[in-house]
Amino acid sequence: MAERYEMIVGLEVHVELKTETKIFCSCPTIFGAEPNTQCCPVCMGLPGALPTLNRRVVEYAIKAGLATNCRIARQTGLDRKNYFYPDLPKAYQISQYDRPLCYGGWLDIESGGEKKRIGITRIHIEEDAGKLIHDGERGTMIDCNRCGVPLIEIVSEPDIRSAQEAKLYLKKLRSLMLYAGVSDCKMNEGSLRCDVNISVRPVGSSELGERCEIKNLNSFAFAAKAIEYEFERQTALLERGERLTRETRRFDASSGKTYAMRSKESAEDYRYFPEPDLPPLTVSEETVARLANELPRLPDLRAEEYISKYSLSEYDSEIITSDMALADYFEAAVRTSAYPKLLANILISEILGRVEQEDFYCPISPENLAEIADMSGEGLINSSTAKKLIKRLWLSDEPPREVVMREELFQINDREALTEAILAVIRADARVVADYKSGRTVAAKSVVGRVMSATGGRANPALLGELTQEILKSQ
Amino acid sequence: MGDIVKRGVIEHAEALARGEYSAEELVRAYLARIEEKEASVDAFLYVDCERALDLARESDKRRADGVSRGRFDGIPIAVKDNICTRSMPTTCASKMLDGYIPPYDATVIERLRANGFIIIGKTNMDEFGMGSSCENSAFKITKNPFDNERVAGGSSGGSAAAVAAFEAPCALGSDTGGSVRQPSAFCGTVGMKPTYGRVSRYGLVAFASSLEQIGVITSSVADNAALLGMMAGQDAKDATTASVGAADFESDISGGVSRLRIGFPRELFGKGISREVREAVLAAAEKYGDMGAEVFEVSLPSLEYALPAYYVISSAEASSNLSRFDGVRYGYRAAEYENITELYLRSRSQGLGDEVKRRIMLGTFALSAGYYDEYYARARRAAALIKRDFERVFRECDLLLSPTTPETAFKIGEKKNSPTQMYATDICSVPANIAGIPALSLPCGVSAEGLPIGMQLMGDSFSEALLYRAAYAFERLGEAKNG
Repeated sequence: MAERYEMIVGLEVHVELKTETKIFCSCPTIFGAEPNTQCCPVCMGLPGALPTLNRRVVEYAIKAGLATNCRIARQTGLDRKNYFYPDLPKAYQISQYDRPLCYGGWLDIESGGEKKRIGITRIHIEEDAGKLIHDGERGTMIDCNRCGVPLIEIVSEPDIRSAQEAKLYLKKLRSLMLYAGVSDCKMNEGSLRCDVNISVRPVGSSELGERCEIKNLNSFAFAAKAIEYEFERQTALLERGERLTRETRRFDASSGKTYAMRSKESAEDYRYFPEPDLPPLTVSEETVARLANELPRLPDLRAEEYISKYSLSEYDSEIITSDMALADYFEAAVRTSAYPKLLANILISEILGRVEQEDFYCPISPENLAEIADMSGEGLINSSTAKKLIKRLWLSDEPPREVVMREELFQINDREALTEAILAVIRADARVVADYKSGRTVAAKSVVGRVMSATGGRANPALLGELTQEILKSQ
Repeated sequence: MGDIVKRGVIEHAEALARGEYSAEELVRAYLARIEEKEASVDAFLYVDCERALDLARESDKRRADGVSRGRFDGIPIAVKDNICTRSMPTTCASKMLDGYIPPYDATVIERLRANGFIIIGKTNMDEFGMGSSCENSAFKITKNPFDNERVAGGSSGGSAAAVAAFEAPCALGSDTGGSVRQPSAFCGTVGMKPTYGRVSRYGLVAFASSLEQIGVITSSVADNAALLGMMAGQDAKDATTASVGAADFESDISGGVSRLRIGFPRELFGKGISREVREAVLAAAEKYGDMGAEVFEVSLPSLEYALPAYYVISSAEASSNLSRFDGVRYGYRAAEYENITELYLRSRSQGLGDEVKRRIMLGTFALSAGYYDEYYARARRAAALIKRDFERVFRECDLLLSPTTPETAFKIGEKKNSPTQMYATDICSVPANIAGIPALSLPCGVSAEGLPIGMQLMGDSFSEALLYRAAYAFERLGEAKNG
C-alpha cells in the first residue's frame, strides 16, 4: 500500500558555530566543561544584563549561506521568541523571525545516480538554550554553559522524498559546513541536530497532508529511521481512513518508533518581536565579498574539476569531495603525481578503509602517497607491494621510492628471470604440467602463486601470467 | 555643618577640595539627614551606612595621599533600586526581587565609583518602574517632601524625594516614559532624561528597552550637567549606546539663550493641563523671550498618538523583559507547587504586583498572534510618525518648552484606582521617550498650595548641552526658588 503514497519531507538543521565566544557575550564555548563554569550575567539572563552581538557569528552564518547558494540579507535584525522553559534563563530566545540572514539557497545531492536539487528556504542565527540535568536525588538542575552558544538553523524546502534523500542531504550539508569552516558538526556533542517535518500524500496528489515534526534527531541514521517509521505510520493511518493531526513527535532510538509529544493545536504563541536591545543588523557588499573570498573551493566545483582535469569517475570524485580534508589531501598529492586516476583508486580503496573516525586523516604525506601511485603506474612496483608500502608508511612515513630501492622491492619485469622462476616451479613439481594438459587451468594459477611467493610478491603479475601460460603450453 | 546637606554636588566638590569638611563628615551629615527625614519621606529602600562610611574614609585617605579619583571623590549619591549594584540589594521595589543582590555593577555605577562617588543607598520606585507615584512599590510609598500627604511622583519618586529632602545631593533615576522628569517636577528638582543611547543601560533592570534611559536628578542644572557628562558615553556592553564623542555639558552652560528658537507645542498646553501649570510655563516662555530667545508656538499633531503608542510598546517589551522573573533561578519562588507550570504561575502571581501584572497582560496581548499588527506594529508606526514630527519641528526651532506634568503632585491614593487617569499624567513626558530625544525638567514656579511646578525642555537628539544651557539661563533668574 505504501507505494501509493509519497512522503514530503523538509529538514530543520541546527548547527553550532565554532566561534570561540558565545553569541551575545564573551564566555567561552568549550564543550564538556564543568556545569555553570562558562557563564556570566548576560548568558544567564540576570536582571539588567544586555546582549551584544558577536560579529563572528554573523560572518560564519553568511559563509554557511554562501556555501549553500543562499542570498544574503543586507538589512536584517534579531527577534525575540518568547516562551517559558527552565533551560531558557531570559524566558525568550534571541533568534530571527521573518528576516533571516540567508535565504533562497539550495544544494545538490546524488540520489541513485541522479542529481537532485534540494532547496534551502532560510538560514538564521540564534542562541542555544542551557541543559537540564535530571538527577533522581537532587532533582532537576540547570547547566547554563550552553546558554548563548551560537547556532544557525538551516531550513530546507519540502523537497525530500525518501529517507535516503534525507540522509544524503544531511551528509552534503554537513560536508558543506565543514568546508565553510563554520562548525565542527560533531553529532555526538550535539553540534549538529536535526528536526524532521514529514507528511504523506497519495502519489499524484498536489495537496500537502497534515505534517508532523520529529524533534532533535542526533544522528543521520536516526533521522532516516524516524522518517521511514513515520511514513509507515502515517500511510497506515490514512489507509484506515483516519485523520492525521498536526503534532510534534519524538523518536525513540531503542524502539525505532516515534511518539507524540504535543499537538500543534496547543502550540505556543511565541510572540516574536524585534529585539530592542540590539540595533538593526546591516551587512555590507564588502563583507559578503570578503567572506565569499574566504571560502575554500566547494565540493561540487572540485568534483567537476576532478572529472575534467584528471578523468576521475563521477563516483570517485563524489567520494573524494565529500570531505574537505580528503579533497585537500587528494589535491596536494595529485600535484606531484603523473597518475591521478591510480592515485584516486589507491586513496579510496587503500587509505579510506584505514581511517577509523568520521573525518579524514592520513599519516602518509600526500607526496609519498603520490609516489606510491606513480611507482605503480610506472610498473616499478606491483599492487601487492603498493599495499605493503601503505601498511608500512601508515605506521612510519618515509619516502617510498627510497624504501623500494633500498630493499629492492621493485617489480620483476625481467622475462628471463621470470621464465627461470617458472621453470624452477615446474621442475620441482611435474604434476602441474600434467594437470594443465588435462585441462585443469587452475594449475596455471598455482604456478603463478608459487612464483609470486618465491619472488616475495614482486613479480609483474601480468607478465608472469602470460609467461606461465606460454611455458605450460610448450611443455 | 548643619546645612551642608543643602549644598549641591559642585559645592561639595569645591568644599572637599579646600578641606572645608571631609568625605566622612559629608557622608555622616547625609546619614544623619536620612535618619531624620526617612520617617516622613520614605525615599530609601536600603541605606548602606557602614560601607558608605568606610568608602568615605578611603576617599579621604586618597585625597590626603594625592591619589584622588577626581573632583567628585567622596560625594554620596542615591541610586534608584532598578540599577544593579554589586553587594547591595536591587529589588526594583518588587517582592519578586526582595533580597536579590546582583553579582555585578551596572556600567553607570562602575563609572560613578571610578570617579569616587559613594553609593549611599537605593531608592524607592514604582515596581519595575511601572507607575507615576511610587504607590506601586511593594514596600513603601514615598511622600512628597513638600507635602507628606502627596506623592513624590514616579517611578523614580524615591530618588527625586531624596534629593528634594536633602537626603542625598544627587540621585540616579531611570526614565521610560517620564520617570525621572515627572517626580523631578513634583519634588522641585532638576531631572534629565538623556538621548536614547547616550547612557549605558547595562545593569538597568529592563522595563521597556527601546524607550528608557538612566537619568540624573539634582538640585541644580550645573550639578546635573556635571554628573551626566561623567556617566555618558558609548559602552561596549550596551549595543544601543551611540558612538558620539565625549560629552562635555559644562563648558558652554552659561552661554545664554540669545537668538535661540524656542517652540512651545500647542498640543502640550491644551486639555488636561491645569491653569496654574500652564501659566507658570507660559511665564517662563516669556522670560526666555526677555532673555533674547525667539519664542513661538509650534504644532506636533502626531502627539495625540503618543500615550497609546507608549503604553502598547512599553507593555509589550515589559511582558518579554519581565518573563525572566519566573522563580526558577533567583528571586521569589512560591512555597508550594506540584510542577514547573505551577511554579511559574504561583511565583509570578504572588511575586508581582497588580500594576505589573496588568502591563504584562496588556503587553502579552499586544504581541499575540492575530493582534500584533493591530497593536504592536501599529504602535511602532505611530512612534515613527511622532519621530518624524519631532524631526520636522526641530528644523523650525532649537528647543521645545512645555509643562513636565499636567498638574502638581497629587494626593496619595487619589489616582490609585484609576490606571487610565494615572497613565494620562504622562502625556507631556512620553513623547521624548518615543522619539528618543533628550528632555529635562526644571522647577519653574510654585503653586498656590506651595507645590513645585516643573517645566520641560526637549531638544533634538544629542542636544543635551543646549538643554543645559537653556535650563541654566532660566535657573539663574532665580524665579523658581522655593522650599
